[in-house]
Amino acid sequence: MIEIKNIVKSFEGREVLKDVSTVFEKGKTNLIIGQSGSGKTVLLKCIVGLFDIDGGEILFDGRNNASMNFQERGLLRQEIGMVFQNGALFDSLTVEENVRFPMDMFTEMTMKEKLDRLNFCLERVNIKDSNHLYPSELSGGMRKRVAIARAIALNPRYLFCDEPNSGLDPVTSILIDNLIKEITAEFDITTIINTHDMNSVMEIGDNILFISEGEKGWEGNSSQIFSTRNKKLNAFVFASPFSKQLKEIKQMEDDE
Amino acid sequence: MGVLHHIGQYFLLLVKIFKKPEKKSIYLRQLVLEIEKLGINSIGIVAVISVFMGGIITLQLTYNMSNPLMPTYIIGLGNRDTLILEFSSTVLSLMLAGKVGSNIASELGSMRITEQIDSMEIMGVNSASYLILPKIVAFVFMSPFLFIISVGCGLIGGLITGPLSGVVIVATYITGIKTTFVPFYVYFSIIKTLVFGFLISSVPAYLGYYVQGGALEVGRISTKAVVNTSILILFFDLVLTQLLFK
Repeated sequence: MIEIKNIVKSFEGREVLKDVSTVFEKGKTNLIIGQSGSGKTVLLKCIVGLFDIDGGEILFDGRNNASMNFQERGLLRQEIGMVFQNGALFDSLTVEENVRFPMDMFTEMTMKEKLDRLNFCLERVNIKDSNHLYPSELSGGMRKRVAIARAIALNPRYLFCDEPNSGLDPVTSILIDNLIKEITAEFDITTIINTHDMNSVMEIGDNILFISEGEKGWEGNSSQIFSTRNKKLNAFVFASPFSKQLKEIKQMEDDE
Repeated sequence: MGVLHHIGQYFLLLVKIFKKPEKKSIYLRQLVLEIEKLGINSIGIVAVISVFMGGIITLQLTYNMSNPLMPTYIIGLGNRDTLILEFSSTVLSLMLAGKVGSNIASELGSMRITEQIDSMEIMGVNSASYLILPKIVAFVFMSPFLFIISVGCGLIGGLITGPLSGVVIVATYITGIKTTFVPFYVYFSIIKTLVFGFLISSVPAYLGYYVQGGALEVGRISTKAVVNTSILILFFDLVLTQLLFK
């Protein structure tokens, strides 16, 4: 479980996050949604420690990130797996070396143990016969899956995904969403996904945090999102004609 | 203020770079790769440039010797000292700042903008140390070798060009090379190449590591890395010459 309390973050005097608090539960897919520029990526980067926060607290199962020393923070980071928007695979390393990288750096496993683990991770994300390919030889979806395999290589307690569906076709997006959801349940980890893809929201949104102009705009789950009266959230959720039609259908069903 | 900020940030980065490595075996592997990439892969260009420069210096010395009483072995001596004191240490470092410096800046810059560095940081890896330390150690280690290769090739260049163009015979040229050899010149230049090697690897690394923006910015920072490193090389050449020859 990750708890954030009254997070404040500014860049050059401009407040990007304003007093954001919430709890991201273990074993569930927690989504942060919001428009581009709303502050959701900044919030994610604050939680993982890429940005220092100006105020508030971030608690990883009760452990305060801010009060940790350099070594403790390093150990905490080994419990974190992150999937970046473009995968952020290391260009100079093959798929196999990318997934093995955290094991090489932080474990004393033998080569056989590492190979077993990496093959398990790659199989788990349905990547086969691609061990010796370089990231530039992979499709967007494959890159994301390899990034997920690398993120789970060290059995993380916390998984972060920054817009895992961006640049993917709808079918691959659903595959990636389901994969993340399955992994979250299977390994019982705390997963936080940053997205503005409404398909993901409906498909895997156990807990949803809506960020609007740096503030917590709404909190709930995917079944509550259609019935909310929050104007900003409605403007975000029902921005497309397709979702507007969906809302009208649902309202008609409710009226009946 | 901007310059002070950069100097401060550069030294803070150096502190981060020289922290104890997480796993020595991984760093050693990286070191070997960087020695090959930055050092061994530069030998070809160093040799070619040095052979030509040795030949050019030989010809220039001949055509600019206005005193007919001056012995021709001076050509070999002049070529040797020019190569040792300035060309193979300073001028070659300026060229390597272009080749190696832009390579380092663009590599790290690309890794930064594609979030590969962030990805390492989140894993708990000291990215500055993992990515930059092997480059600095590898290039500082290889710099004196490149200097020696350059001097050797430059002398060979003179040895080929001089007799071929008829300005000096082989025996006289070799006599010149052996005349009044001052070992301190070599020590002095090796000290310079070590300092320049550190600058060529660390300054572009700093600029690339902290780049912000996109591909355009990476290109801009590569150019900036070459310009800044070149200026620093010339500045330290001046300082070291003043300090060590005093």
